[in-house]
Amino acid sequence: MDASSAPRRAARNLEHAVVRFAGDSGDGMQLTGTEFTREAAMHGNDLATFPDFPAEIRAPAGTTAGVSGYQIQFASHEVFSAGDQPDTLVAMNPAALKVHLQDLKKGGLLILNEAAFTEGDLKRAGWAANPLTDHSLDGYRLIQIDFEKLVSLAVEGLGLPTKDAARCKNFFALGLVFWLYSRETKREEESIKSRFAKTPALAQGNLRAFKAGYFYGETTEAADAPYQIAPAKLQHGRYRNVMGSTGLALGLIAAAQKSGLRLFFGSYPITPASDVLHELAKHRRFGITTFQAEDEIAAVASAIGAAFGGALGATASSGPGMALKSEAIGLAVIVELPLVIINAQRGGPSTGLPTKTEQSDLFQAVYGRNGECPLPVLACRSPADCFDTVFEAARIAIEYRTPVIVLSDGAIGNGTEPWLLPDVDSLPAIDPKLAVDPAGFMPYSRDEKLARPWAIPGTPGLEHRVGGLEKDFVTGNVSYDPQNHERMTHVRAEKVARIADQYPPLQVAGDPEGEVLVISWGGTYGSVTQGMMEARAAGARVGHLHLRHIFPLPHGLVDIVARYRSVLIPELNLGQLRLHLRGQLGIESQGLNKIQGKPFHVAEVRAAIEALAMKVAHARREIA
Amino acid sequence: MTSLLKLTKKDFTSDQEVRWCPGCGDFAILAMVQKLMPELNIPRENIVFVSGIGCSSRFPYYMNTYGFHGIHGRAPAIATGLKMARPELTVFVVTGDGDSLSIGGNHLIHALRRNIDLKILLFDNRIYGLTKGQASPTSELGKKTKSSPFGTVDRPFNPMTLALGAGATFVARTVASDTAHMTQILRRAALHKGAAFVEIWQNCPVFNDGAFDDWSERDVREEQLIKLEHEKPLVYGKARDKGLLIGGGFSLERGSAAGALVHDEARDNVALAMALASLEPPYPQPVGVLRAVSRPTVDALAREQELELAAASTKPATLESLLNSGDTWNVSGEIG
Repeated sequence: MDASSAPRRAARNLEHAVVRFAGDSGDGMQLTGTEFTREAAMHGNDLATFPDFPAEIRAPAGTTAGVSGYQIQFASHEVFSAGDQPDTLVAMNPAALKVHLQDLKKGGLLILNEAAFTEGDLKRAGWAANPLTDHSLDGYRLIQIDFEKLVSLAVEGLGLPTKDAARCKNFFALGLVFWLYSRETKREEESIKSRFAKTPALAQGNLRAFKAGYFYGETTEAADAPYQIAPAKLQHGRYRNVMGSTGLALGLIAAAQKSGLRLFFGSYPITPASDVLHELAKHRRFGITTFQAEDEIAAVASAIGAAFGGALGATASSGPGMALKSEAIGLAVIVELPLVIINAQRGGPSTGLPTKTEQSDLFQAVYGRNGECPLPVLACRSPADCFDTVFEAARIAIEYRTPVIVLSDGAIGNGTEPWLLPDVDSLPAIDPKLAVDPAGFMPYSRDEKLARPWAIPGTPGLEHRVGGLEKDFVTGNVSYDPQNHERMTHVRAEKVARIADQYPPLQVAGDPEGEVLVISWGGTYGSVTQGMMEARAAGARVGHLHLRHIFPLPHGLVDIVARYRSVLIPELNLGQLRLHLRGQLGIESQGLNKIQGKPFHVAEVRAAIEALAMKVAHARREIA
Repeated sequence: MTSLLKLTKKDFTSDQEVRWCPGCGDFAILAMVQKLMPELNIPRENIVFVSGIGCSSRFPYYMNTYGFHGIHGRAPAIATGLKMARPELTVFVVTGDGDSLSIGGNHLIHALRRNIDLKILLFDNRIYGLTKGQASPTSELGKKTKSSPFGTVDRPFNPMTLALGAGATFVARTVASDTAHMTQILRRAALHKGAAFVEIWQNCPVFNDGAFDDWSERDVREEQLIKLEHEKPLVYGKARDKGLLIGGGFSLERGSAAGALVHDEARDNVALAMALASLEPPYPQPVGVLRAVSRPTVDALAREQELELAAASTKPATLESLLNSGDTWNVSGEIG
């Protein structure tokens, strides 16, 4: 039966809600969160998500090290971030409660799996006393249920082994939260059936657990729920919920299709970039070669070899892998071949925090190679922005014959949001302009973009040699001539600099002039946008400029900065864009820096904007 | 063999001045490869030479084909990407002992295990030449060089056993000073479908002169080298009176030609090839084809799989359908 057809108490309307699912790495929290997200998307809410999980696949069960979380903000209005503080926290065990309780909104709803609060689990999670009995949860609205008992009753008669029955408890939690927010259950029931189609008993078990959770909410009329959140009034069109990694993969495929080139994707497994490889590997029928290389260097080197052969070469990695690729990226710069390199940034240095997000590879991308080695660097701002950013990167790579780095990050790659599907016909065609005419062919002659010919093997009469040794300005032969080297260094720099000439004009959000201009890049877009909006609503005059193009920087930046009394640059690093803007353009700024492997909270950004606005206003009064 | 395309050695000679040291073994290899190319009857534009870094890796600049002088050790990786993207091309890799066995060792063994259709020519002079005379991974134990003034203490690689261990489908060795033999072996390698690995002993007159004299000088060759020929007895010596026999403990033994074992390069089992490759003085050193077996290549398998996927799919391979796959909805209200 369809659970949602049952009668219910009138739901209270909310504009938005933040829900976090937290449990052990083995509790299926990522799946639970993803399923809830899909339904929110299909319901028509705008949303943003933040999955947060440990690097270990199965850290010791019940410890805080093994806690995996998934947060979603969904709303009847536009949503920019996954939310600062959950309104509802589902904690599957004491460790999840220990890690996440501090984030829960005061008075928020706390859903606990009572069965897990045993003496041993409490101890493993580092609770000195049982929080269920010592009043430490007094400030919250508590729904305390023995998940395991209710699930085992629900699955009775299916013949599921106890262990499998226990594994259904995340669907109990999901069912309860579905009821809490008055979600349709039909699609989820179908999803469970198809996901577990190969193990019908488990499908039935999860289905029953899901319904049991839903009915539990309905029967007990827990808290002051249920709530409901109407669909958001988004721009008209067809939407799809997209993960950042998926968007990156689809953007590459689109660029290959629009340029008529084969996509070659060479990659080596690394968190959090591997999902791009996984996604592309599924779509090989589109004329895609995916190649799992023996190491990071081979991943990029194979892509360069493919580009020499006339493919759209691409690779993806994360910081440590990018370090290994840097010599080969320099090769791509000097041989001037198209290449797209995606860096899903994570906490560094070294292995750092593999599953946590950070923005600390800007210097590496822009400045991190030997020699004068310029290349364009773009950054995507959100999961739905990945497609456009990587498509543009591929277009630049092909048209300018240059490697391009796309900076994504762990939170963007794993996060999801509704994506307004592009009209395929309106995506610009990319002309690879492959060289075919032997008359007057010179491998390093240049067009108006300063791009050299792309002459690929198989083309008669264009046989030529490229390589990492300095090239003669025209013939491309090896040249050790001092003047030629200087000339080539300048022309490589100038070619990249000219890319900025074709950027669309900069768009400033918020006030066109005022006390504070916030300049941001990459995955901080959502928190900064929301923080700016809130600061403006509270009276500050704030503009916001979000940069997709990190190098070369867009024209007109200095003029925009001049319209504000101060500049704030929030970054998940120690100030890399700040130093970049100061060095490139002489822009002075204040930094807001967070290096915790987590995105900014909106409140943090807002507080920093307001503090700076106040400081500026105060200084102004003093001068007056 | 005559060329239907009527190409000559000259067609494969680029306009670049060859800059190896006088007396370098690379000259002989270059001349021989330029001469061999027309025989293959492949249009020049469909041939690519890819190299890494080192003296030997300048090779592509001198071939009037497509060429890519890569970075140190990475030639097999660059060539793998090229061949996967363009399986119809004929791709050669030119590398040295430092390039392929030290900094690029990982790429070499993986190219071999995948059986990617590349012709890998390893110019082995047992020394780093371009960096001016350091011990290489094939320098003999105790070798005194600039980087090992008191003699090396690390054992060298045996390129043959390494390639066999990596699962190479074609493994051979030849000597640059024996043009006839080298021609024969490189022709075999060029015609092999799959990863072909050829170690070419090549003298560096500046930093390791005479490294192979004990085996390859005309007066000792017959006694010190054993030329492997498929389905022929393993015999050697000026009088062709000596042979290799099966000995105890899974080894080969020297004996008379009469009882010599018959060479079989096509064996699936690598034991004989390994035993031959492992021979150390005073045994003769094997030259010729140790192993030549037929296996599907990764470049062909990948394309086959791609075509199967395309044929099996019921959805059109359009961008429109790809982007619209999964759960989609219209904001106008209706659910898709």
